[in-house]
Amino acid sequence: MDNNSLLTIIQDKLTSQFGSDFLSAELVAEYPTFIVKKDSIANVIKFLYDDKELAFQYLTTLAAIHYPDNQGQEFAVMYQLHNLPKNLRIRVKIFFSVNDLAVPSITSIFSGANWMERQEYDFFGIQFIGHPNLKRILNMDDMDYHPMRKEYALEDGTRKDKDDKMFGR
Amino acid sequence: MSNNGTDIIEKEYNTLNLGPTHPATHGIFQNVLKMDGEIIIEAESTVGYIHRAFEKIAERRPYYQITTLTDRMNYCSSPINNMGWHMTVEKLIGVEIPKRVQYMRVIIMELARISDHVICNSVIGVDTGAMTGFLYIFQMRERIYEIYEELCGARLTTNMGRIGGLERDFSPKVWDLLDKFLKDFPPALKEFENLLMRNRIFMDRTIGCGPITAERALNYSFSGPNLRAAGVDYDVRVMNPYSSYEEFDFMIPLGTSGDTYDRFMVRQQEMWESVKIIKQAIEKIKKEPAGIFHADVPDFYLPPKEEVYNNMEALIYHFKIVMGETEIPKGEIYHAVEGGNGELGFYLISDGGRTPYRLHFRRPCFIYYQAFTEMAKGAMLSDAILTMSSMNVIAGELDA
Repeated sequence: MDNNSLLTIIQDKLTSQFGSDFLSAELVAEYPTFIVKKDSIANVIKFLYDDKELAFQYLTTLAAIHYPDNQGQEFAVMYQLHNLPKNLRIRVKIFFSVNDLAVPSITSIFSGANWMERQEYDFFGIQFIGHPNLKRILNMDDMDYHPMRKEYALEDGTRKDKDDKMFGR
Repeated sequence: MSNNGTDIIEKEYNTLNLGPTHPATHGIFQNVLKMDGEIIIEAESTVGYIHRAFEKIAERRPYYQITTLTDRMNYCSSPINNMGWHMTVEKLIGVEIPKRVQYMRVIIMELARISDHVICNSVIGVDTGAMTGFLYIFQMRERIYEIYEELCGARLTTNMGRIGGLERDFSPKVWDLLDKFLKDFPPALKEFENLLMRNRIFMDRTIGCGPITAERALNYSFSGPNLRAAGVDYDVRVMNPYSSYEEFDFMIPLGTSGDTYDRFMVRQQEMWESVKIIKQAIEKIKKEPAGIFHADVPDFYLPPKEEVYNNMEALIYHFKIVMGETEIPKGEIYHAVEGGNGELGFYLISDGGRTPYRLHFRRPCFIYYQAFTEMAKGAMLSDAILTMSSMNVIAGELDA
């Protein structure tokens, strides 16, 4: 199955199953990528897991992304799923506002999501609802901010010699 | 004796801090264990002791400077991480790498896999009390590191290769060392196998120690030798071939029960397969035009230094690359390689800036180490140590 037909099949299935909670589908660098509404992400992943034809039963990774300039959709989480027997890979994404960081946890579907979600909570402050043990994992427990957010510059802000125009992004 | 339960003394458990710096864990891991005598009732892992914020640092560095960060993840096989990162960037900028370079990369990556597995397997031996095998086989790792030294000047944190190819061609000395290695390694590995593989004590200690079923392993997103030891034939080199792995003839060794012995055997067998791959790659390179060691991409690949001093074009390219003025396309890329411990993935978002907008590393260690508490539950303390070392948990990759 090539990526284009996979994209259409999953698009049809998600549309019929989730209706307006399913937002869009496209190929991003040959990778089928689906955007769904935040609150239904656990159901979508459960559906993709249980569906006999699709059977995405391996969670490759998940990662949060911060877009501070994207008003109303400052945060994103992407999930990469893999169907090992057929070797199909897809990516599911959600976008949501900085004011509502509650994302349904998928730890009940994938045990491996436990630490992955803790990591994204640690670095981005995303609240995974239903996670059994949501606490910091790599940073120290008494840290009071989420360092991977874009507002925390890596360089010391008082330094004048490292001008962003010259040396930064 | 009444059976209403009042006279049963409530069991007392001991809390044992295994780590953060414990000689038996080969790295900085803490496990708080609830012990009933020698039996582990409950375990809780704390990680992050060598966390260095690589994902954050990467958002501030030009692409070619991120290679040195990848060195420090799984430092037992850093060349694989280096090559994985180069391939990710090459995928983003759309560079076609010459076949000869791809085969050279295969040689480097398989050498790295051997050195990774040599460490893991010999340390399993040490943890069961067999020091000799470790001392013998480590000479072979030294030989691999000599090849690294000749290739890039470094031994552990290699920073090997460049975006678009390799920094230099294999010198005659590299070919020479490689030939000698291929001649000496098989007998040494055989000797190592003879010491452990059918050793009664070793087998008694490792068979049935720290097992995990295929279902649980998949649910925990295991990859690499640990998943294959549980009987799932998932190998990125075969599933999503990169660097021309599809042209090579090799097997994926599989275990059945996912215990320490199976993990040992899978790694052992993979080393034999790696030797096979290296031999094939050398044969393939002989058929390719000599002297090519990078793609023709002046926008990304630094020109030779003498040209920079004497040639205007080269000077401009040099300046553009070093100052990060090269056009980088926007994009979202995921590229995975089969690292020493499994699927090492790079998820890269570029917004066209000189540094990545977001870079996420899929680190196999981090993902499978969370199963350790489940695997150690109900085991003896000494078996838990063995389980940990046979999973090859590398602190650098765990914490990134």
